Formats: sequence, structure tokens, C-alpha cells
Amino acid sequence: MSSFRGFIVKEFKQIYRDTRTLVVLFGMPIIMLVLFGFAIRNEVDNVKIAVLDLSKDEVTREIIGKISASPSFELNGYLNTYDEVRDVFKAGEIKEIVVFGPGFGKKLTRNGTADVQIITDATNPNLANLVQAYTSNILRDYISEKANQLQISRLGIAPEVRMIYNPALKSVNLFVPGIIAVILMLVSALMTSISITREKEMGNMEILLVSPLKPIHIILGKVLPYLVLSIVNVLVILILARFIFDVPFKGSYLFFLLEAGLFIMTALSLGVLISSSANNQQTAMMISLAGLLLPTVLLSGFIFPVGSMPVALQFISHVVPAKWFLIIVRDIMLKGSDIFLLWKETLILMATTMVLIAASLKKFKVRLQ
Amino acid sequence: MPAVEVYSIHKSFKKVQALRDVSFFVKQGELYGFIGPDGAGKTTLFRILNTLLVPNKGNAVVLGLDVVKDYKQIRPKLGYMPGRFSLYHDLSVQENLEFFASVFGASISENYELVAPIYSQLEPFKNRYAGKLSGGMKQKLALSCALIHKPELLLLDEPTTGVDAVSRKEFWEMLGKLKQKGITIIVSTPYMDEAKLCDRVALIQDGSIMQIDTPANVVKSYDRKILGIKSSQTYRLLKVLKQYEWMHSVHPFGEYIHFTEKREQPDVQALQSFLVNQGIGDVIIKEIEPNIEDSFMALMKEEAAHE
Repeated sequence: MSSFRGFIVKEFKQIYRDTRTLVVLFGMPIIMLVLFGFAIRNEVDNVKIAVLDLSKDEVTREIIGKISASPSFELNGYLNTYDEVRDVFKAGEIKEIVVFGPGFGKKLTRNGTADVQIITDATNPNLANLVQAYTSNILRDYISEKANQLQISRLGIAPEVRMIYNPALKSVNLFVPGIIAVILMLVSALMTSISITREKEMGNMEILLVSPLKPIHIILGKVLPYLVLSIVNVLVILILARFIFDVPFKGSYLFFLLEAGLFIMTALSLGVLISSSANNQQTAMMISLAGLLLPTVLLSGFIFPVGSMPVALQFISHVVPAKWFLIIVRDIMLKGSDIFLLWKETLILMATTMVLIAASLKKFKVRLQ
Repeated sequence: MPAVEVYSIHKSFKKVQALRDVSFFVKQGELYGFIGPDGAGKTTLFRILNTLLVPNKGNAVVLGLDVVKDYKQIRPKLGYMPGRFSLYHDLSVQENLEFFASVFGASISENYELVAPIYSQLEPFKNRYAGKLSGGMKQKLALSCALIHKPELLLLDEPTTGVDAVSRKEFWEMLGKLKQKGITIIVSTPYMDEAKLCDRVALIQDGSIMQIDTPANVVKSYDRKILGIKSSQTYRLLKVLKQYEWMHSVHPFGEYIHFTEKREQPDVQALQSFLVNQGIGDVIIKEIEPNIEDSFMALMKEEAAHE
């Protein structure tokens, strides 16, 4: 037992002395939070738009007034003819042009329909989509209002949209769980695999194997420090999210920490597994980055919703542990879900972890070959 | 009971046959050397002895225990220093020693006496990071770490490679002291001059042992007379000697070239006049005592001729 303690002490000393890595490990979540919280956002502010009003009646004036009153838009000018559209977009500043057809107000009150065209600059498709959706919303609001006023029921279908759980559609709420998953993968899987392969690369693994340390001791000794680091990291992210970005936390903290602990175990066993097939730090890093971090970022639903992926990729996403963890964390934080609602995802994560731990224990060799 | 018994071991990796039919035994308390060039199979052999590799054929018994079946019992009794062992660079000298002591379930204080002659030289730097030590000091620290749990058998794989001459000498003096304490030591080295410090040596080449004997007997078994030839134009001398009709072998060796003839009794007069004729006037020729390197070179040449 004292040999195991000596090993743990050594691991902590080495991590503690590697200041550069520590700065990265603790700087990373903060940088990511700031990036995703402030810079990379899905909401739009003050997008410059222009209007081509071929009708110039009361109705169009009212609609234009509503659009320019929205904080999302800044009305930047009026066009006179359709030919100007291309030039305006080429100039680049205007991202959207709303075109009202001739006799818009008259047609609307008489027929219940009228021509309006929304043209967006789709060089940035995300922005174009959002801007278009925002404008449509304003139009729809106005029309349903108008329909009530005029007692006309023929003004088409006006769906009433309400966003729940994240009513302000704040993207940071969505990203925090993803950031937690990425950071845990990074700290637990990547760092563990690098730390084990470093022993191999330096030739020290030979001594450790020859020593009375059991393989399970070597694995535990390597894994434990990163477990501690991971938990600290999760807490840091949570505190930042809660107090700087006002991300709501509706569920139980205890349940969240248990689930995070489970995911950390998944990541750690992945790290051990990688290190048993990689013989040097570089290989371990490449496998971790390409095999773990990329799927965690791209296939877990962190940035791109799983539902809108091609079927093949959706299938692959099922084996990405981060996908299940993301569902769990988002539900706990935003919906306040508990184990009775999340038992399926938890069970999947648990089973994956068991398989990974068994595999990594089996693959860890007591010899060199 | 011998400390190590090895019976016709074979070991091959994917494409390379690393060891072929290797057999030897090491007595208790012996300082046993494996001498051979890089790639001869020394490291593979050490890894079989320390139970990290399993031989394809043959068996090995270390301290009375089978290396395959009883590997768990053997491991704590070994002190092993791998060839590229580099310690933990980000731990201090003392921390390294403490770590290896604790991992092997020992403490520095209980075995201090054993490592004292070596470690006392490092003590002034005990708070320095191991990465900042010189090559010779690193090796001393590594040896201390391998010794700190008082092993019965010490396996040192090329401990002096890349270490300066003075440190090498000191290192071997320490091995001598450890031997006096009754520890069996198996050491490998590519340096021929270290061979004469062993009790017995095994000359190994291409995965097989060519000869096992005491250093003195290895030299004695060398039956040719060796001439040491020196000239100011060493390179030309080398070329000219290779053209001599009675030439058997030519090896540069320090300032002298070691030269043997095919004839039983070399004719120094004839050689001298041959060299003078070839334009090398300032030659000195003297008969010299063969050393291990001469034997090794000769054995290697014979092996090559057999194949």
C-alpha cells in the first residue's frame, strides 16, 4: 500500500510542477466559456437592413416601424428600385433587404394575402437564417394583430411560437454543457493517455512494471490526479457559468456531480485504453484529439444538433459518450430533470464505462509484449 | 544454486531473430558481463531475465524461479536499470530515490548503507532536478535507485553508454564494491575495455553467444601474435597493410594498428621492408599483448566466415 501512496505522491508532484500544462488546463475552460459566452453567439444584434417599399402605404410603414424598433435590426436605408439590391449586397454592409410588393396594404386588407420578399446575404448562412427567421416573426406578429383588428379570419395560419427552457435563446446555456464535456475529455482522456505513454517513452514503465506495483495501482495512480483536476475544472466552469453568464441551474447539484463523475470515469478509461495501444506521447495525443475530441465537439450535439446530421453520422453519434452526457447535463441544468427522467442515458453511459474499464484493464500489459 | 540459469533461449520479433539458442549460467555473487555491439540482442536478453519478455523457446531460471511462471516473485528481488532509463527529470535527486524506494516497499534509511558510497556523491545536489544532472551523475542516481530496495540480482543494461571516461571508471569501481557485498551483477556493455573488470564475460553477436570465459582466458584463447604498427600516415598505412599478401586482420586501435598474419610466426623484417617499399618510412612495429577487443574481432570474423 505504501508503494501505491509513493506513486500517487510522485504523480501529483509531477503535475504540480508542470506549470505550463496546468495553466492550459485551467485557462482552457475559462477561455472557452468567454469565447462561447461572448463571441460565438447565435443571437443577432443590430444587423443592418434596408427596405425596398414599392407600396409606401400605412401598412408597410407600420411594419417597417416594427422591424426597426427591434433591437436585432438597424434600418440603414431605403432602396428605390429592385436593381439596386445586388449593389447593396455587394457593398457588404447590409445583410437583409425587405421588399414590399406594390399595393401591399390594399391587397392585405382585401385578400388577406400580400407579397413580401425577404432577401438575405447568405455568405454567412447561420446569420442569414437567423435574420430571416426574426423578420418573419415580426411580420407574422403584425399580421395576426392586424387580423384581430380587422376581424378577418382569413389572414392565413399564424402559429404562436413560444420557446421554453431557454426563452431568450441564449447560446451560452447550450454551450456550457458542451464545454464541460470537452474539458473533461481533454483533462481526463488526453492528459491521462499522455501521462502514461510518457512513462513508456522515457523507459520508466519498464521499472514500474518490474516493481511490486500492481498494474491496477499504476492505472489508478495515473488516473487519480486527473480525476481531482477534472472535478475542480467542472466546478470552475459551473461557477463561472452560474455567476458570470447567468446560466440557470434548475436540477440537483448532487445529481449533476454524480453524472459528471460517471462521465469522468468514461473519459479516464478511454485515456487508459489509448495509452495501452500508443507507444509514445505523440501517438497518444493524435489518437485522443482525432478519436475523442473531434467527435466530442462535432458529433455530440455540442455545436451541431444530432437530429440534423446525416443518418450515418447520427448512428456514429450514439457511440460518442459525450452525446449522452450532453443530454443529461442540459436536462439537469435547464429542465431540472432527475434520475427518473434520465435513467436511460445514465444507464448507457454506465454500460459504456464498464466496458471501457474492463477493456483497458485487460489490455494493460504486465509485460512489454 | 546458480543465480541465473538460461537454457537455449530463442526470441524473435516480427522480422528479426533477436536471440538464437542462448545458454549460460551466472554464479551467486558473480560480476557477469555481456559484451557485444549494438543490436546483438543484449537488451532482449535482459528483458527476458527481468520477466518483461517471454522467450519463444527455451527457459530461464532466475534466483531459482522460472521467468515465465513465477514472474511476480522474481520482480521484487531484481534491481533493474534499463538502457534508456532516464529517471524522472522533474523530480529532484532525493525525490527520485524516495520514489523508487517507496515503490519497491523500502525506505532510504533502511538500505542507506548499501547506496551510501554512490549516493553520498550525489547528496550535495539532492535538491537538484534529475534532468539537470550530468550524464555520469544521472547514471549514479539510476544505480542508487535500482539498489535502494536491496535486490539480490542487479541487471544493468548498458549503464555506461554515453558517459564520460572518468564517470565510467567510477561506476565500475562501485560495481566492484557491490560485488563484495554479495550482490550478483549482470551488466552489458559495448565497451571492450570494461570487459576485463568482469569475473566472466559472454561475447554476444547477432543474437548468439560466441564465447563465455574469464576475461583472461578469452584473451589467452586468442592464438595469434599481434603486431602493433604505428606511423604518422595512419590512413595510408591502413590501406597498404590490407594489400599485404600475408595479411589476416587489420584493426585500428588507438595510435597503433593491430595487425595479424596468416602465418603462425609473423616475419617482422619482411613486413617492415614491404611497408618501406610502399613509401611508409616512419613505421614502428612491436609485438603486443592481445586484448579482449582483438579476441572479439577475431571471433566475429570467424563467425562471419562460417556463414
